[in-house]
Formats: sequence, C-alpha cells, structure tokens
Amino acid sequence: MTVLPFDFVPLWTLILGFGVFYYVLFDGFDLGVGILYGFAPDRAARNLVMNSIAPVWDGNETWLVLGGVGLLAAFPAAFAIILPAVYFPILAMLLALVFRGVAFEFHYRDVEHRTIWDHAFCYGSAVATFAQGVVLGAFIQGFQVDGRQFSGSAFDCFTPFSLFTGLALVCGYGLLGAGWLIMKTEGELQTWARRFGRYCFIGVLVAVAVVSLWTPLIEPYIAHRWFAWPNIGFLSPVPIVTALLALWEWRSLNNRSEAAAFIGAIGLFLMSYIGIAISLWPFIVPYKFTLWQAASAPSTQAFLLVGTLFLLPVILMYTGWSYWVFRGKVRADIGYH
Amino acid sequence: MPTTAAALSPLLLSRLQFAWVIAWHILLPAFTIGTASFIALLEGLHLATGRDVYGRLAAFWTRIFAIAFGMGVVSGIVMPFQFGTNWSRYADATANVLSPLFAYEGIMAFFLESAFLGVLLFGRKLVPRWAHFVAALMVALGTLFSAFWILAANSWMQTPAGYVIIDGRFYPADWLRIIFNPSFPYRFAHTVVGFYVTTGFVVIGVAAYYLRRGRFAEESRTMLSMTLWLLTVLVPLQIVIGDQHGLNTLAYQPAKIAAIEAHWNTESRMPLTLFAIPDEKNATNRAAIDIPDLGSLILTHDLNGVVRGLKEWPRDQWPPVAIPFFAFRIMVGIGLLMLALVATSWWLRARDRLQAVWFLRLCEFASPAGFVAVIAGWTTTEVGRQPWTVYGLLRTADSVSPALTGIDVALSFAGYILVYLAIYPVGLMMMARIVRRGPAEAPTEPIASGRPEGPVRALPAAGAEDSP
Repeated sequence: MTVLPFDFVPLWTLILGFGVFYYVLFDGFDLGVGILYGFAPDRAARNLVMNSIAPVWDGNETWLVLGGVGLLAAFPAAFAIILPAVYFPILAMLLALVFRGVAFEFHYRDVEHRTIWDHAFCYGSAVATFAQGVVLGAFIQGFQVDGRQFSGSAFDCFTPFSLFTGLALVCGYGLLGAGWLIMKTEGELQTWARRFGRYCFIGVLVAVAVVSLWTPLIEPYIAHRWFAWPNIGFLSPVPIVTALLALWEWRSLNNRSEAAAFIGAIGLFLMSYIGIAISLWPFIVPYKFTLWQAASAPSTQAFLLVGTLFLLPVILMYTGWSYWVFRGKVRADIGYH
Repeated sequence: MPTTAAALSPLLLSRLQFAWVIAWHILLPAFTIGTASFIALLEGLHLATGRDVYGRLAAFWTRIFAIAFGMGVVSGIVMPFQFGTNWSRYADATANVLSPLFAYEGIMAFFLESAFLGVLLFGRKLVPRWAHFVAALMVALGTLFSAFWILAANSWMQTPAGYVIIDGRFYPADWLRIIFNPSFPYRFAHTVVGFYVTTGFVVIGVAAYYLRRGRFAEESRTMLSMTLWLLTVLVPLQIVIGDQHGLNTLAYQPAKIAAIEAHWNTESRMPLTLFAIPDEKNATNRAAIDIPDLGSLILTHDLNGVVRGLKEWPRDQWPPVAIPFFAFRIMVGIGLLMLALVATSWWLRARDRLQAVWFLRLCEFASPAGFVAVIAGWTTTEVGRQPWTVYGLLRTADSVSPALTGIDVALSFAGYILVYLAIYPVGLMMMARIVRRGPAEAPTEPIASGRPEGPVRALPAAGAEDSP
C-alpha cells in the first residue's frame, strides 16, 4: 500500500457535505411539493403541481444514492454503524420513495386507480420526509457502538426527539416545496402555494425554536459546544442570521415576489445545516467516530476524488441545463384547448 | 430440521431479502439497458434517414422505457442501502475497495441517465432534433456505464484481485486489477449481451402482437425485421461468450462449476449431466441422465480434461448444489430455444415468410424468455458464489449486520414483499396498456413544459382517450 502524504478527509467532508445539502434542497423541494400535492384544491391544480417537478425529480433522487454511496466510500465506518441503527426509518424511506416514484408514472397512465396513486404520491412523500427527519434526530442523539459496528436495537432510533425532528422536516420540506411552487405557478395556484407556505413556515419556526432548546438539553456535548466561552461569541451570528432570514421569508410569502420565498427557504435550510455541522464537528458518528477515524483508505479517497472533481462540475452543468430547458411557469394544457 | 429460531435467523432472512429486492430490480435494467440502446439506435436512424417510422417507434419505446426506468430508479435506490442496513460488516470490510466502484456508478451513470432522461422524455419539441438524439445516446451510455461499474464490483466479489487484507478489511493495491478482475470482462459481455437479447425478444414479441392483429403494419415490420437481424448476431454471440465465461469460472471458481454440474468426484472424461436430482447429503445424483465425456469437452474443450468435483473442498465451503444446477439448465435451455427461434427466422426470411402466423405466435410466446434466462443466470452465479460474499475470503455469515434480529429483518422483508408485489403488477399493466395503444403519431403540438403525454390525458376533457 502506498502511503499518500495528503490528507483527503477535509476535501471529502466538503464534497459529501455539499452532496447531502444538495440532496436535502433538491429532493427536499420535490418531496415538499409531493406533500403539498395532497392539499391541492382540484384535479387541474394537482396536475400542475406534479408537472412542476416531473422532469427533475429522478435526477434529484439520485443524489440520495450519491449521499449513501459517498458516505460508504469516504467514511465506511459511519455507513456501517449508522445504517443498521436507523434500519426502520431507512426502510420506511425507501418503500415510501418507491411508492412515490412510481406514482409519477402510474398517475398518468392508470385511470382507474388515479386516487390510489394520488395518495401514494402525497403519503409517500410525507413518509419519506418524516423518516429522513427521524434519521436526523437519531443521528444527533448518537448510536450505541461496539468496535466498528452498531450494537443497539433497531428500535433505539425512535425517541420523542427523533419523532419531533421527523415532523420538523415535514414542515421544512413543505416550505421548500411551497417556495418552488410559488416560483413555478401563477394566479390562484400561486396564492394557494403562498398560503400553505405560511402554514409550513410557522411549523418550521416552532420546530427550529424547539429543536434549538431541546438539543443542548439532551446532548451535553452540544450544549458545551454552543455555550462555552468563546464559542458563544463566534456562534452568535448563526441564530441572528437565521432570525433575519425568517423575517425575510415571512415577508416574501406575503408580498408579490416570485423567487424570494424559495431563496429564503434555502437560506433557512443552510443555516440549520451549518448549525448542525458546527454542533457535531468533528464527528461523523456523533460522539464515537471522528471524520478521520471513520475515513476510508487514503488511496480509496484519492481514486474516487480524481473522477469526482472532474465529473461533479460536469454533472452540475448539465443538471443546470436540464433545469433551464424546463424553466418558467409550468403549464399542462398548452395547445390542447 | 430448521427450528423456528433458524427460520427467523437474520442471516437467512437478509439473504432472502437481498435476493428478493435484487431479483425484482435486475428485471428492469435487463430491459432498460437494451431499450435505451434501441431508442438511441432508432433516434439515430430517424436523424440519418428522416423516415418517420423510426421517429414513431422511438417515441413509442420511450414511453415504455419511461415506466421501466422510473421503476428501475426507485428499486435501484434500495440496493446500496441494503449493504448498510443488512450487510454492514461486508460494507465495512470491502468499502475501501468496492465503494469507489459503486460511487463511480452513481456519478457517471445515474447522473448521465437522469439528467438527459428529462430531455429525452419531455424535450422532443423543446430542443433541436440532434440534441434529442444526443440525449438518447447519453441515456443509453449511462445505462452501460451503470452496468460496467456494478458488474465490476460484482465480479470483484466473485474473483477478487488487486487487494491486500489488513486487520480483516480489504485495502486497494492496484485499481486496474480491481476493476478488470479476472471474471469482469466475461461477466460484463455476457450480461450486457444478455440484456440486449432480452430486450430484442420483447421487441419482436410486440411486433408479432401487432402483425397478428393487422395493426401498425409498417412499424411492426420494421421492428421485427431489424430486431431479428440484431438477434441473428447477438444470440450466437451470447452462446460463445457464455462458453468463455464458463471456462473463466472453471479457472477461478471451480467449486461453483462443480455445483452447476452437480459434479461430486474429480475425474477426467466427465459426463455431461443433462438432468438429475442432486442429493447434497449423500454427494450423489439421483435419476441422472448423462452423456459420456461431453462434460469434459465443454468445460475444458478436451475429451480427457480433468474437472474437479465438490468432494475436493471441505463441506463448509460447498455452495448449494441443486439451485445453481437447475438455474443453469434453465438458462442454457432458454438460450438454445432462442437460437432455434432465430435460426427459424433465417429460414423464413429466405422464403420471404417472416410473417407466417405460427412464427408470429412463437415470437409472442417467447417475448418474456430473456427475463427468465437473466434471473436463472443471475441465480446460478450468485448462489454458486456461496458461502462467500467475497469469494474464498469473506463468508456470507460474517457479512451480515451484527445487531440485527430476526424480527427486524422479518418485518423489513415483509415490507419489501408487499410493496414490490403491489408495484410490479401495476407497472406491467401500464406497459401493457401502452403496447395495446401502440405507436400512434408522435404529438405535434408544442409543449411548454411538463409531460406531453400524461397530463393531457389526465385532464377531464381529454381523459376519454385513456379508455379505448
């Protein structure tokens, strides 16, 4: 084995961090759109809502694979510990994504069962989101570990805290989805999206406040990280910026701006994400394995890095092109009336 | 006798669950890899010749492809998570070597597929025709990249190379040897050609279905003729590749070959066992129908070739025998029947009677044959790999997640069974419905965004179209 003098861990942390955040934003908005779909006023509205994400959802969902496989590649110990620990949330997420994914296709072509697939789309999106939120909550609380393997029960991950973060993420993705719909629709449907955006926003506000109070109470490590001097000084911008963003988001949901609500929601997610990263650094398996302890062999990280650094920009470029092709307001009925 | 505790063993249940999710998943790439290339070919022919029939066929197969691909994506996302949830010790032990192969599949293949799929499916009127062809080509290329990386990983588990083991974990020593490990070129060729053949039989089945009913004559004749030419090349080629793959397996996984042939004693001039009921307990075959010497001839290309029997290995290194034995015979049997059908098509074509009703019936009947062969072949190679996940180095029993209980896996397995049994029949029904509707005129209306096909039919005013 060749010994490589370069430490790839920080770079892989950045790449994986970016990949997970990209997934959260992009599949986040289309899962959110899926949740809101269940509340759309009528058939025509539902069609527009689903159309707004039809060309992009599977591209977004593949980032989940990149996140999972990226974790395996860069931090295999984390992958091997976390996935069995969140066995049932992962199962629920995967099965829900299966239902939701096929609902896109079946919805259009299966006339008799349209309502079943309508439900599959909405509930599938909601369950997948909730399950991801439970994974997040369980992650923050940490896992029982023996050596390089999880040693607890598959049911340990269900705690009041993780169930709450599950609900919180449903509101969060709902807000992202509403922001997307405000941008992609017009008229009554846009007004409807703004209204549901406000509901989700209130949920997000409550969730952020409760999680921010609850987390330091149950995790002394995080409490110390937040409140010990001088950290509290360095970290104070996080809640302040979040509060400002919240104000901007509320105004955007209520005024006539098109894209501001989506951008504001992204900002809120970014702040929460940074908050979690700051709280848990340098752990990838909270309180047990640091990024360096869980890292794969340097030659593994190097081999994958070559292709990733070359392909990631290309991927982002043509993903951008794909969004550009389907830009503008979504309309289902052009040329048919 | 298996006790209740053994029946609820997390190991056995995890294996069954993995077999379940991968068997259903593999049906989709078996079809989409072929269909994607077929669509790219049709788009290319359309661009080159300007003949509308190619455009209509491309649009038709794209509609079917969309459903299969969507199902392939969601059933495929399940797969890498299985490594973590149920096979975490395997994941941790092999990650340094295998994870970049999985990751490269993700980066290169999935993204190429999904980024261009939107354009392929919904962009026909939004981008220039050449760009649409490029999108089709990229999607096809993406499916092939996907097969390349995932089969490289699978082949490494069969014939590991280019690694060192430190503290029970594998570390990479030579990436080229890891990727191009001894069985990979054979497995890749055998699998991709098998997938193309599988798709080919679906295409001629659909063409025959229309021709027998006198519908879409131009499209169907084009499909039938061009696909039978393709199969003329691919089916014999597949048999040659399969033979080479078998020789490779004999060199690197002789115990697997012994199981496939239910071959217990090492001998030269080994017979070919056409049929038998392998008795693993007594290490013998019952009701065997043997052809003398042919086994040695096929496996070693030499009548006097020595083939090692299972008794050469300790019992705890034996793969199950009956499953690979029968699965292999199903695969080879189907392959030979396919060859017979293709040979018949040459004879009919020479007499200009390709549309004889009995032949069309045969084509319809044969259309799912490839899927059965793919599942049988996959079963042969994967069950034949047992009792190892990494051949000869890491046991399946040492690969499973240690904290899992039988109840955990029983619950998840039940979930996968229910969901897949709900999804797959509906998916098949959807595709059958598109086939029944047939390759109608490509829509000519400009589409601003969203789906040209679905939403329109979903609107109440146009909904009647859906119930012919």
